Amino acid sequence: MTVESTATRKPRRSAGSKAKGADPDLVQLLTPEGKRVKNAKTAPYDKYVAGITPDELRGLYRDMVLTRRFDAEATALQRQGELGLWASLLGQEAAQIGSGRATREDDYVFPTYREHGVAWCRGVDPTNLLGMFRGVNHGGWDPNTNNFHLYTIVIGSQTLHATGYAMGVTMDGADSAVVAYFGDGASSQGDVAESFTFSAVYNAPVVFFCQNNQWAISEPTEKQTRVPLYQRAQGYGFPGVRVDGNDVLACLAVTKWALERARSGEGPTLVEAYTYRMGAHTTSDDPTKYRADEERESWEAKDPILRLRRYLEASNHADEGFFAELETESEALGRRVREAVRAMPDPDRFALFEHVYADGHALVDEERAQFAAYQASFADEEGGK
Amino acid sequence: MAETATTKNLPLAKAINESLRAALESDPKVLIMGEDVGKLGGVFRVTDGLQKDFGESRVVDTPLAESGIVGTAIGLALRGYRPVVEIQFDGFVFPAYDQIVTQLAKMHARSLGKVKLPIVVRIPYGGGIGAVEHHSESPEALFAHVAGLKIVSPSNASDAYWMMQQAIQSDDPVIFFEPKRRYWDKGEVNTEAIPGPLHKARVVREGTALTLAAYGPMVKLCQEVADAAAEEGKSLEILDLRSVSPLDFDAIQASVEKTRRLVVVHEAPVFFGSGAEIAARITERCFYHLEAPVLRVGGYHAPYPPARLEEEYLPSLDRVLDAVDRALAY
Repeated sequence: MTVESTATRKPRRSAGSKAKGADPDLVQLLTPEGKRVKNAKTAPYDKYVAGITPDELRGLYRDMVLTRRFDAEATALQRQGELGLWASLLGQEAAQIGSGRATREDDYVFPTYREHGVAWCRGVDPTNLLGMFRGVNHGGWDPNTNNFHLYTIVIGSQTLHATGYAMGVTMDGADSAVVAYFGDGASSQGDVAESFTFSAVYNAPVVFFCQNNQWAISEPTEKQTRVPLYQRAQGYGFPGVRVDGNDVLACLAVTKWALERARSGEGPTLVEAYTYRMGAHTTSDDPTKYRADEERESWEAKDPILRLRRYLEASNHADEGFFAELETESEALGRRVREAVRAMPDPDRFALFEHVYADGHALVDEERAQFAAYQASFADEEGGK
Repeated sequence: MAETATTKNLPLAKAINESLRAALESDPKVLIMGEDVGKLGGVFRVTDGLQKDFGESRVVDTPLAESGIVGTAIGLALRGYRPVVEIQFDGFVFPAYDQIVTQLAKMHARSLGKVKLPIVVRIPYGGGIGAVEHHSESPEALFAHVAGLKIVSPSNASDAYWMMQQAIQSDDPVIFFEPKRRYWDKGEVNTEAIPGPLHKARVVREGTALTLAAYGPMVKLCQEVADAAAEEGKSLEILDLRSVSPLDFDAIQASVEKTRRLVVVHEAPVFFGSGAEIAARITERCFYHLEAPVLRVGGYHAPYPPARLEEEYLPSLDRVLDAVDRALAY
């Protein structure tokens, strides 16, 4: 649903729309019960998944299951002291897999620190995501290998990088597109507002993919906005759509639509994936202090994996063998991740002086030498014993 | 000296303009971005005529949003471009400070060297032009404290031309502080000379009694100070530091070992300024050579004052001479 089609609607006082019942704004292709929906609202997007094969549907299911398994393993590794912190994506698998699978190899993705599912789709090995959470680096992958930028921790900064990259795509005359991930909390940041302005002014081929998971640590979306977030796009002169973020098919279709707009010179699009952060903000957070169990329980019924499973089963696209095999693969992934993290060595102590500059810097050289001399003084002591 | 094919007598602002033009001509990936840099040529006309000759996609008028300018420049650099962005005035850089400190400075290290951001951030800085609030500040120390950035400031037209060439060629982000009150000072620029390294200081004038260390707009003042001191029979050496990060401590040390006295001059507040770092390190390196403590002349710990008071705030001929006398009295 585009902004234009709802322009006459009165803005609601609250953007959270915690009210029960169907959300009239929401683009949904699969109901929580796993039923395929087709109506006037889905019509603009149906064609983007019309030709989807059972194999591809099973692929989406597999992506979500493996991503959730990886995420659970990382949470466990934090509890075991192997990671310093983990930001779980639990509940947001459909938003990430649907949008991630919509991208093309030459597209470029700018993630926050929670886009483990998108990283999976881009081909980044999940173990590479864990280095920064273990504290051995600040980002363990080459962004240009998979066109997947490093995780950005400062909220919203990456939306400007995405916009600038997209401006460069236009200057190059290429038809690639860019996806900028951010959350409901980030929507309040000036950088996000500026990225909307710049992308609109330069008609940059960028899709702003906002996962509205309802909570910015302890603050509900009502603390960020008075209007539904997707409607913000209207003020900048580009379309905004709210999609069911727990519906992988809808996320895939709507993101494909937005990417097609970007490629064909129609500029930016805002996609608000309406979802829920089922877990804590990070492993350091305690959601029992600020939100009710009932709210979480109401979202359990909308689980993204469960609904696709129901659809796959009802349409006979997957049998017991498929699910059993996936279970085995899933456990193997967990094991591989666990072993990889435990085997991850601490960096050499001199690594802290590495790559500070591309062309070197006299002060870094001087301090490295001082540090080396200091370290060497212990060797002398030991040698003198 | 008469102008030759490769030597021109240019105001400092025009020297930067010619340097940007040369960069745009030689590298199609170089972009100019900023507020009013297009048709107007910037509020100081530093980019005058560039958009007319290179087009709107290479000389880009941006929305009025400094964080957006630097943030999108980072994205363009990730795409392979070499943006040269203009911040209109020193006091307007702070909306971009977040992008500069948390993103621009750290990207190379956090990507383990995989990502280079060859971006130049041009900032006209300093006072002495009778401007309103936020148009006369010297925030270089706020950037020098951040690892990952390089910070330079030319004092004359020739350095302005060549240091800009080198800053654009650098694979590291460079904050390029332009001494706005010297924009109209003319100097010889040889566009075919082979420049020295970007981050090395230069002895502007040899002397024996004391070293004056400065950069950007204060180098000219130090020359006036040295002239006045010479009339009193005092021989001062002047060091144009040119680069604030890295600082050429070897050059300062060599000079101080000769003169045994050092006065550092900058417009920025003295407290936690670059002079403080120089004083600390030179004391450490030259403790047995020094005949006097390292003295500093700079701005006070007060907001930059209204224009009618700026002469009281800025280092002046007499204030620097006073410091010279105090150092020589030890």
